[in-house]
Amino acid sequence: MFEQLFKDIGIVWAKYGTVYLTGILNTLLLATGATLIGCVIGFICGILQTIPIAPGDFWLKRFLLRALRAVIRVYVEVFRGTPMILQAVFIYYGMPYFFGIAFRDIWTVSMLVVSVNTGAYMAESVRGGIMSIDPGQFEGAKAIGMNHFQTMLYIILPQTLRNILPQIGNNYIINVKDTSVMFIIGFQDFFAVHKMVSGATFKYFPSALLEMGGYLFLTLLASFLLRTLERKMKGQSNYELVNTDQLVLTAGNYKFSGQAPYEETNRDYRREEP
Amino acid sequence: MSETILEIRHLSKTFGSHAVLKDVDFTVRKGDVTSIIGASGSGKSTLLRCVNLLETLTTGDILFHGESVISGKVNQSAYRARVGMVFQSFNLFSNLTVLQNCVIGQRKVNRVPQKEARDRALYYLNKVGMLPYINARPSQISGGQKQRAAIARALAMEPEVLLFDEPTSALDPEMVGEVLDVIKSLAAERMTMLVVTHEMAFARDVSSQVVYMADGVIVEEGPPSQVLSDPQDLRTREFLRRFLGQNAENL
Repeated sequence: MFEQLFKDIGIVWAKYGTVYLTGILNTLLLATGATLIGCVIGFICGILQTIPIAPGDFWLKRFLLRALRAVIRVYVEVFRGTPMILQAVFIYYGMPYFFGIAFRDIWTVSMLVVSVNTGAYMAESVRGGIMSIDPGQFEGAKAIGMNHFQTMLYIILPQTLRNILPQIGNNYIINVKDTSVMFIIGFQDFFAVHKMVSGATFKYFPSALLEMGGYLFLTLLASFLLRTLERKMKGQSNYELVNTDQLVLTAGNYKFSGQAPYEETNRDYRREEP
Repeated sequence: MSETILEIRHLSKTFGSHAVLKDVDFTVRKGDVTSIIGASGSGKSTLLRCVNLLETLTTGDILFHGESVISGKVNQSAYRARVGMVFQSFNLFSNLTVLQNCVIGQRKVNRVPQKEARDRALYYLNKVGMLPYINARPSQISGGQKQRAAIARALAMEPEVLLFDEPTSALDPEMVGEVLDVIKSLAAERMTMLVVTHEMAFARDVSSQVVYMADGVIVEEGPPSQVLSDPQDLRTREFLRRFLGQNAENL
């Protein structure tokens, strides 16, 4: 009974195999590129949103930070709160009205829409990731003299990235699947190939089966790669004890800038009298 | 009289309507080891956090070498780099190894060359007995080891004053000794330190000055022989009696 099915799949693949593969490639490129750009947008928004506002700050700084937070809030709510398929139509057909130019490069528009959409979700993930870091990490960094920017760059963001990696993976997998709505503006992704092939051959099910298998393969591969990355970022579970002498480790170079910052005099508990 | 490093002047701190510190005044001179003792909630830790500007002062001023650090003329990050802090909960950077913890501040804040920063970090890690663990992550070592690494991190910045906020309170009893020994060795080298502690024997043996705080004010201050052994104020006596139980006379 499956004989006919296998035959049909064979026919479809023989004729359109390379088209399917091109579709897969386009889907992967769009999903990967947009996820990466979305992460950058998300990190920028998340970082800007969590700049602390101290009551003692200059009023203009406080005003600007508050305005910035409001703008990001609106961006997140709008792009999280409307369907991506509609956003694609909106931007693709809306551009001529706003800018007087026909914005007809489908790759650019698709990349823009999916990135901005991912960025809206990532902004919230990054904000949550930063808030979940132990306040002691901020204080430890402050206490050795790091400013806010250094604290974020060297201490907080590496930990945030590690913590929200599962979220990034989530977004990536969602993007692999949801870039399919870009067919609405004519983007030739994997799903668009199905529409084209089934329209031409009327072999809906065999093509759908290929599509299901293809998408599942892509997302499983993505899951696997992300797990591997997560393990890598977690670092080694073992460490090597160092049994070498400090002088050997520093190759006799320990006499850095000068002496110890305090006098190495005899122990004297009492304060000196004048 | 040695050089004055820190002057705390009329420092007050309120959280909402709750006054935690009320008009606190005191001075830290070079080579001083000052222990701050007092019951929980007396404002000891808040005082220390104010000194390092981790809390904003409500009123008052802090002078570092005679210059106000909150006037806006002094860069607060640069000031913090010269005043080290060791926390009760260690606060080692969990994304970095022990060695990297001691290097990053030197590299990014003091702009020390990589090799020099690494050598200095190793020197201080050796000093606190953490050399074998330089490749470990903070999650992989014990509390006492974490605290010693945290002390090395603060020392690697070569600060002029080191603040300790209950450095042994989060440790298991058997690890308290190793951390106190490190602090004692620093005291022997005349490192200027300000230590909030509940370890009375440590305060007695190591301090040049003991400050007893209650309800946000300094009740009594002076050499340990005076404050701990012959307290003048009734509250100090009461505190020491409760804290030490039967052993009050032994001090």
